[in-house]
Amino acid sequence: MAEFWNEYGGLILEGLRDTTIMVVASTIFAYIIGLPLGVLLIVTRPGGIWERPWCNRIVGWIINIGRSIPFIILMILLLDFTKFLVGTKIGVRGAIPPLVISAAPFIARMVESSLSEVDGGVVEAAQSMGASIWQIVRKVYLPEARPSLILGASISIVTIIAYTTIAGTVGAGGLGDLAVRYGYVRSVPPVLLTTVLLIIVMVQVVQSLFSWLSRKLDKRLR
Amino acid sequence: MAEPIIQIRDLTKTFGQGADAVHALEHISLNIQKGEIFGIIGLSGAGKSTLVRCMNLLERPTAGSVVVDGQELTQLTDRQLRKARQSIGMIFQGFNLLMQRTALDNICFPLELTGVPKAQARKKARELLEVVGLGDRENAYPAQMSGGQKQRIAIARALATDPKVLLCDEATSALDPTTTLSILELLKDLNQKLGVTVVIITHEMKVVERICHRVAILSGGVVAEQGEVAEIFANPQSEIGRQLVYPGGVKLEALRESRVIRIAFNGGSSYEPLIASLAIDCGVKVNILGADTRNIDGKAFGTMLLGLPQDPAEAAKAVNYIQSQPNVTMEEVPDHG
Ligand SMILES: Nc1ncnc2c1ncn2[C@@H]1O[C@H](COP(=O)(O)OP(=O)(O)OP(=O)(O)O)[C@@H](O)[C@H]1O
Ligand SMILES: [Mg+2]
Repeated sequence: MAEFWNEYGGLILEGLRDTTIMVVASTIFAYIIGLPLGVLLIVTRPGGIWERPWCNRIVGWIINIGRSIPFIILMILLLDFTKFLVGTKIGVRGAIPPLVISAAPFIARMVESSLSEVDGGVVEAAQSMGASIWQIVRKVYLPEARPSLILGASISIVTIIAYTTIAGTVGAGGLGDLAVRYGYVRSVPPVLLTTVLLIIVMVQVVQSLFSWLSRKLDKRLR
Repeated sequence: MAEPIIQIRDLTKTFGQGADAVHALEHISLNIQKGEIFGIIGLSGAGKSTLVRCMNLLERPTAGSVVVDGQELTQLTDRQLRKARQSIGMIFQGFNLLMQRTALDNICFPLELTGVPKAQARKKARELLEVVGLGDRENAYPAQMSGGQKQRIAIARALATDPKVLLCDEATSALDPTTTLSILELLKDLNQKLGVTVVIITHEMKVVERICHRVAILSGGVVAEQGEVAEIFANPQSEIGRQLVYPGGVKLEALRESRVIRIAFNGGSSYEPLIASLAIDCGVKVNILGADTRNIDGKAFGTMLLGLPQDPAEAAKAVNYIQSQPNVTMEEVPDHG
């Protein structure tokens, strides 16, 4: 055990760190893009507070295209763009742009679905009080959908964790990279096992933490 | 009378186009006076909600004009309209409170929208909580409150910006009879104390009877009749009016076999004692057909319609008794039937 740790401990910790950085950074950037897109889908939809059928359709198409390209293909497609954006095609930095671009449309749909659960009557009440579109988004849609948005975030993060492991196989580093190098190429089962275990723990932690947070912040529950 | 606070002219609202078009409202004209409680009653699908939603332009009329407090709403820019809506409060059947906010923060909401400083907004919200009788529930969330309490919070929220008009769309339809009465009393109270004009949409005649001064009966998107509540109760002109006033299907003619009188209170003792003492002193029971009375400081003002007993001797006894009362004047309602 100690021997194993001496040999691979550093690598595993490094992989864990890289994966965490990739997940956290991609989640943040993907939300910076996906959240406004989700909001845009809701406000511009038919019967929305800022009805714009064409805008809604176009944003919808773009999101669908983004979602229909498999992550691994997207990574390859984006290689030059990634290089242009962050100066490298590989490593943790190189993985972030494709992660963001593939997670953002997914997040936009998650956000759309959370916001669509907000009671239309409440939105209407806000309109009757003279709220502007922006005020309704900020003070009605987002806070009222908060518990659902948090649950949605846990699903998004778990998806991004899965993507990072795929990214790892094509040189992004992190736990996925370890799993491929030591599990597949060199066949060191304990390393493979440890990385799998760590990924399972990460997913569990994210899921429980966010579920707890969502429940704690939901004032509809007594 | 004073100038109307809501003036609707030739309002038409059509949903959809061509063959699928639904003519929800057709050529509606109404005047709602400052300070009155105006009822709009009709069966389901009559267009009541559509009409009230045209009063703050939640629904944009297809044609016609909506003037509220001197402003033609249909001509306003978005910004002007939002400003105008701040002086038109609205409450709903489903309360529509923000579920993730406390009662207090719900009431602060419209004040936040207008940029009132937080401390000032909270102070105002606390006052309003007292007004609606929920001073001790400021930290409760809507999920922790009963329907009646939620509607009180919604009323307080609607009043936070000191609106001139309060629109109520089936505000009591989700409540039990006792709670309905208490909400109606609250609305009546607010109308008297704050002078806010109240527009009440309902499908229940008893709501109109209880608090409205005037009423419009809506049927199939048109106004079947409108006028003083007491008059419509005494003598509904339209078929739908008769249906609503006599839901049991009582024939107006049958009812008109007995005499109907209108009595006016000019500040005497309140009306319940009069009806009660009529029964006790004379042994005569009268039917209250309609009432438009208010108690102000324990004194009664307003009018009431009474159906006298069939027996002429009993009727005469009642008339004599009423005529002997101070501060009450009486007239016979002629039989139009
Ligand atoms: N957004 C809409 N699109 C199409 N038709 C509508 C719309 N809103 C209302 N209508 C139609 O307009 C008519 C009047 O509806 P409205 O909701 O005003 O009736 P109401 O008198 O409030 O009825 P209720 O007592 O059931 O609430 C109905 O025939 C309804 O189907
Ligand atoms: Mg309705």
